[in-house]
Amino acid sequence: MDMVLVAEPKQVVAPGEVLAEGDHLLGDNAYRIGTKIFSACVGILEVDGNRVFVVPLKGGYFPRVGDLVAGRIVDIGLSGWLVDIRAPYEAMLPASETPGPRGPRRRDLSTSYEVGDMVLAEILAFDRTRDPLLTVKGPGLGKVASGRVVEISAAKIPRLIGRKGSMISMLKKETDCQITVGQNGVVMVWGKSPESERVAVEAIYMVEREAHTRGLTDRIREMISRSRVVEQVAGTQTA
Amino acid sequence: MNKLPEPKQPEKLIDDKGLRIDGRRLDELRPIKLEVGLLDKADGSAYIEQGKNKILVAVYGPREAHPKHIAMPERAVIRCRYHMAPFSVDERKNPAPSRREMELSKVIRESLEPVVLTDLYPRTTIDLFIEVLQSDGGSRCAGITAASLALADAGIPMKEMVAACAVGKIEGKLALDLSDAEDKYGEADIPVALVPNAGLVTLLQMDGHLTLSEFEQGFTMALEACKTLNAMQREVLKKKYATIKEAAEEREEAEVVA
Repeated sequence: MDMVLVAEPKQVVAPGEVLAEGDHLLGDNAYRIGTKIFSACVGILEVDGNRVFVVPLKGGYFPRVGDLVAGRIVDIGLSGWLVDIRAPYEAMLPASETPGPRGPRRRDLSTSYEVGDMVLAEILAFDRTRDPLLTVKGPGLGKVASGRVVEISAAKIPRLIGRKGSMISMLKKETDCQITVGQNGVVMVWGKSPESERVAVEAIYMVEREAHTRGLTDRIREMISRSRVVEQVAGTQTA
Repeated sequence: MNKLPEPKQPEKLIDDKGLRIDGRRLDELRPIKLEVGLLDKADGSAYIEQGKNKILVAVYGPREAHPKHIAMPERAVIRCRYHMAPFSVDERKNPAPSRREMELSKVIRESLEPVVLTDLYPRTTIDLFIEVLQSDGGSRCAGITAASLALADAGIPMKEMVAACAVGKIEGKLALDLSDAEDKYGEADIPVALVPNAGLVTLLQMDGHLTLSEFEQGFTMALEACKTLNAMQREVLKKKYATIKEAAEEREEAEVVA
């Protein structure tokens, strides 16, 4: 059977728009009626071989096992913490998944994490019937005590990371900041100076705003170098 | 207290030239303005002006279901509130939800449920708030049109957007998209919501009287209008992103020139 692409790849498509006609494979956010394939959300049409899918431009975070997420402690229970990970479900971080004394012996959980604390965690288990379970066992996981937190739409996270991490590694290099990206749209930035952090935060927001535009990486690089110049000028003036 | 005089019944709904009180042809929609993503705090939002109708829609979700017992184990629950502002009509409307508003909330929800892929988000809710700021007849249809746009804007997976339009009968003739006066003094009013690709009608009501052939003809008129509205919905949704794209890429060109 013929395979015809009706919509232009890399273009913005609306829900219900015809993407292709024929025997394509269905990827994410695409569905079929008869021979026609339609989009199921606002997003960018992508084509990979004969697989057609739509990368959404908006939407909240939906947990997946193995995701790195950053969340805020909202409650302390008897055996663990409740964590807001910006998903439609409240995540649980059991005490048994944190470093420290284990077993039935009670310890004061608030000595580890208090309500309001930011934690970097991995999703250990999640399915349709159960709320996500977190773990902070692992390198780099646990309480986030410093740095800046930037919250963006979870749909823009793949763009922030870029193809094979191109965008995020460029950001790290150009802004000279350490950046950790939570799949739930929470990004943490640690810089050597408040200025470099500010530039990095600005750049992250720009990625969110312009995620669907072409030549974004170059434009961001440009923006960062420009703000560096401005800073240097400001620096010499105060000196 | 001074009371505003009751708006008078127009002498004729159709003039000698066959035009309606607002100058429209019988098969013409009212002027429509659609906007999308205008509320920062909502996950998705849309605004519609259709004739004198002004309706704002906000969407939240999928989010945690509260109270917990309303959650469904295998899909998201859609909740919908259609509400008319006290100042949306000639005489102050009591802001408490009326019997009519509760019915409209229900039929609007039911007209949208078939397109939303609720089974992707078990145990959650999707909340829709439809606020009629100014009402001019056909607000349930305009509400549906705007609500599906807001759902799409929220990034909620859905098969397609639903568009709705009414058709009615005034002075013995079929007329598309009735205004408030035409609805009040006309003979019949049929709101229709269409899911275009699926060929599904998700809202069909009628008050007044029509012959079978009138109904069939009117129904076809409404379906055509829904398709027109659907094209507008898509255009508006895509334009939001196209505008950002153009601005960004123009900026880039300006930089190259500089």
